[in-house]
Amino acid sequence: MIADMNPEDIVGDYKEVTLKLFDGTSRRVLYTEIETPYPDGKLIVSTTDTEGVITHVNRSFVEMSGYSEEELIGAPHSILRHPDMPPVAFKDLWDTIQRGEKWQGFVKNLRKDGGYYWVKATVIPNVRGDKVVGYTSVRRKPSHTKVAECIKLYPTLFSLF
Amino acid sequence: MPYVFTVSPDFTPDHLSGWYIFNTWLQHQTKAAIHLELYDHFQGQRDAIQADKIDLIYANPFDAAMLVREKGFLPLVRAEGESDEAIIAVSADSNVTDVAELAPGTRVAFTDDPDVKLMGMIMLEPGDLDAGNIVPVSAGNYVLVAKHLLKGEADVGIFLAEAFDDLSSMIRKQLKILVRSQISVIHHSLMIGPKLQDRRAEIQQILVDMDNDEKGIGVLTSLGFNSWHKIEDEQMEFMIDLMDTLNT
Repeated sequence: MIADMNPEDIVGDYKEVTLKLFDGTSRRVLYTEIETPYPDGKLIVSTTDTEGVITHVNRSFVEMSGYSEEELIGAPHSILRHPDMPPVAFKDLWDTIQRGEKWQGFVKNLRKDGGYYWVKATVIPNVRGDKVVGYTSVRRKPSHTKVAECIKLYPTLFSLF
Repeated sequence: MPYVFTVSPDFTPDHLSGWYIFNTWLQHQTKAAIHLELYDHFQGQRDAIQADKIDLIYANPFDAAMLVREKGFLPLVRAEGESDEAIIAVSADSNVTDVAELAPGTRVAFTDDPDVKLMGMIMLEPGDLDAGNIVPVSAGNYVLVAKHLLKGEADVGIFLAEAFDDLSSMIRKQLKILVRSQISVIHHSLMIGPKLQDRRAEIQQILVDMDNDEKGIGVLTSLGFNSWHKIEDEQMEFMIDLMDTLNT
């Protein structure tokens, strides 16, 4: 369960929506049209347990998400879920990694301040002694072309799930 | 038969003698016969690893997964404060100021350092460049990458950041950095193979204590390092997973 977003944390004019999350819970999110550009040369890295609860974040994750490390550790990864992301994308992600395979896609993430940032994300299962113990997610700077394609495509995918 | 130690072929030429000194020091400390075998190219080294000829290796992070998962190597130590970072640079005269301005058909100069090339290609992705749409320009070392840029034979170059910083100031002045990676968690690792693993803890301790010893400090200096830090198995697994996500 993730706490609803706090209007006091939001920078700029915002919209409000209640998201239905993959685990069956819901969250009120507040979001703006302010984009934070992906920083050159950096990777955003996190690991989760098998339930998608964050167990490790690197400094770039903290900087780009706007949350403190303390707020992130123990939170579901869906704390970054932006309402413009179609649920089918995350269903595909979970279906893929639970088969033990690598997932890659372009994701619009939600910041604590209501802004957003686009990433190219890769998620892989962490296999230790033949057992999946969690997942590692690494995000890198996406191409403008790919992001532009996703901005057109993603609104058409909401009816699929 | 002596054990065989090898070093990732991307070591700085300045430290060539340092690795021989280190090998002598290690033999003295472990009372084991260890032969240092150096390879000019990664492929030759990989062939030796596949043939189970290697017992100790200062390994490139790109090869860590193969060493651990296929050949049963385990991590010992890493050099404190050292991580592999890459730089994307163009000639100072180039009109390009951002990777996003590059287009398919760009001529990219790089060496065969696998982790640096991987990081570099990732930093070119924002320009929609990938292995399938660039024109590769292979170079034997980073000075030659720079020369390809200065002669107009390549549009961008991928450098190991340390090697770029070590270029002469005259060459660096003629180049322009577009991106410098800040990944921090990709590093070379000293690893131990199956035949020596019953001595893993002992050798790990010898290495971790190396900077407490006057002679040891001198040897470390000849390698350009300050000290060795122990690598836990999970830290190695994390780096392997990270490299796996990047190698896509």
